[in-house]
Amino acid sequence: MKNLNNMNKSTKKNMVTYGIVLAMFIFCVVYTTTGMASHLFRGLLVPVCVNVILAISLNLTVGILGELSLGHAGFMCVGAFVGSVFSMAAEETITSVWIRFPLAFLVGGASAAVIGLLVGVPVLRLRGDYLAIVTLAFGEIIKNIVNNIYLATDVNGIHFAIGVESYNNITFDAATKRVYINGAMGITETPNDSNYFVGFALIFITLIVILNLVHSRTGRAIMAIRDNRIAAESVGINITKYKLIAFVISAFFAGVAGVLYGHNLSSLVATKFDYNYSILILVFVVLGGIGSMRGSIIAAVILTALPELLRGLSDYRMLMYAIILIVMMLVNNNETLQMYTQKWFGGLNIKKLFTAAGSKKKGVS
Amino acid sequence: MNFLSYLISGISLGSVYALIALGYTMVYGIAKMLNFAHGDVIMIGGFVVFTAISSSLTSPAVAIICGIVVCTLLGVVIEKIAYKPLRNATPLAVLITAIGVSYLLQNVALLVFGSASKNFPNIFKWCPDWHVTEGLTVSGVTIITIAVTMVIMIGLTLFIHFTKPGTAMQAVSEDRGAAQLMGVNVNTTISLTFAIGSALAAVASVLLCSAYPLLNPYTGAMPGIKAFVAAVFGGIGSIPGAMIGGILLGVIENLSKAYISSQLSDAIVFAVLIIILSLKPTGILGKKISEKV
Repeated sequence: MKNLNNMNKSTKKNMVTYGIVLAMFIFCVVYTTTGMASHLFRGLLVPVCVNVILAISLNLTVGILGELSLGHAGFMCVGAFVGSVFSMAAEETITSVWIRFPLAFLVGGASAAVIGLLVGVPVLRLRGDYLAIVTLAFGEIIKNIVNNIYLATDVNGIHFAIGVESYNNITFDAATKRVYINGAMGITETPNDSNYFVGFALIFITLIVILNLVHSRTGRAIMAIRDNRIAAESVGINITKYKLIAFVISAFFAGVAGVLYGHNLSSLVATKFDYNYSILILVFVVLGGIGSMRGSIIAAVILTALPELLRGLSDYRMLMYAIILIVMMLVNNNETLQMYTQKWFGGLNIKKLFTAAGSKKKGVS
Repeated sequence: MNFLSYLISGISLGSVYALIALGYTMVYGIAKMLNFAHGDVIMIGGFVVFTAISSSLTSPAVAIICGIVVCTLLGVVIEKIAYKPLRNATPLAVLITAIGVSYLLQNVALLVFGSASKNFPNIFKWCPDWHVTEGLTVSGVTIITIAVTMVIMIGLTLFIHFTKPGTAMQAVSEDRGAAQLMGVNVNTTISLTFAIGSALAAVASVLLCSAYPLLNPYTGAMPGIKAFVAAVFGGIGSIPGAMIGGILLGVIENLSKAYISSQLSDAIVFAVLIIILSLKPTGILGKKISEKV
């Protein structure tokens, strides 16, 4: 108990966040090993992990850095494709999945981080909605290019083409031809290495890195930029450097989530990573409370599971999803409605339920 | 000669983008929000006109008027129910609500009309193709699209500058609080903006579906996002900017489809946007915002 009291406030809050993830993990283990879990539930576990990692990493950009990014799925796309190609290529040389899979995460995450750096340099000069639209544009460019990439090998080496015309012009040695990325058909032979154990391990790693970053000197500098850019600049904080740090780390974990996603299903197509996916991740962040990692986790879990839980409504489920989303936003953000909900539910504050107590009110201005 | 025909069809496509972009940019200028559901209003407009025509009770002209009326009402209702309660919330909360409305409209359309693509009838058959020279033909739809857009743009510019509600809109976009103090009814003005934006979306839907006749619940999404890009391109909040941005975007898209690569045209369009924004960070006609310390 003495130890607990000595911990500062932020550490305690972080412990609660880790505790929630741990509780979810234990629940999943117990639920699946006792055989009560349905096929549907098992199928949902990895997508939930993917979305939680995405939500946490986007929250670093949106909540901590305070810049609206609508291209998060683009970084995920890079990670997913690079990671999958790596796994396919290394499948024979590195037979142990214990070495190959972590390497795939590193390679996928690193390549997404490199793209994040390339995107970040021009993008972070812009402000507000312009920045949002340029990240959206970058996401679409990445999707569009990846959708037209052809990558194959044969005895003569590696063949790479953009566009189906140039791909058809390549002559292959038919016996040794192996297709990695087949344009719009994407990747079809990724080994299915993902499971929820890996997923939860990655959630923990992401949380540890990002929560420690937020509470470090770097994190304080980043938040100072969010709260007042000019004041931060005037006390000597290097704006570009810290913005890039946040952006690149965010892109790295989006890439890692992409690798997890890519190794979950055997088929991987670029069109999945469109702006709708980016917006979905943003919905997790905003609904969970901007700047609150715990909120992002809870929102990502609920909103990923919701369409499946509403399956009983069959055709009406996406309609209900949309209505729930609108109503939640209205209830959370309208002063008059909040007054009524407090009156009706007394102590149960809906806003607190969803945004988690520790959320930072000051988000994007 | 080929270049000219690509250019003209680019201008025609760009005019449609410009009409949609006007809706985005006006709402942004006045309500300071990104109305992501705008693209889906276009889709609803397309379905209303399609249903009215295929029921063969009405003439195309009546069908188009039906579409405009429904879209206008829809725009106002969406504003009243979903956006008005969030007038004082953070812009991001409003953005997410707009996304929710967008999902809602898509799924309502999916339930009512099904996911299969409908073939939109060509209602501009009466307008003959124009054979300019040997090898250069401009289709009737293209002529009508460009003409209608021109008329609407001139009308809108006159409305904004020379009528009382138009001046009120300018005032609200400049400073909402000050406008309210001067006796401008802000709520009515915002509703009016949504009404005009949605009516323009209905017109755009007819023009768009006549040129690209496939209609399904997701028809509005891509033109919507392109038009949004066009609005930013021209400087969001600026009406002439939306017109220029829309037309430029259409021309760039068509020319890159014709000369560079049809599959990568989207990437090229967005790349041009990024280049322009890195050179001029607030778009072509956007105002430079000076920051107070």
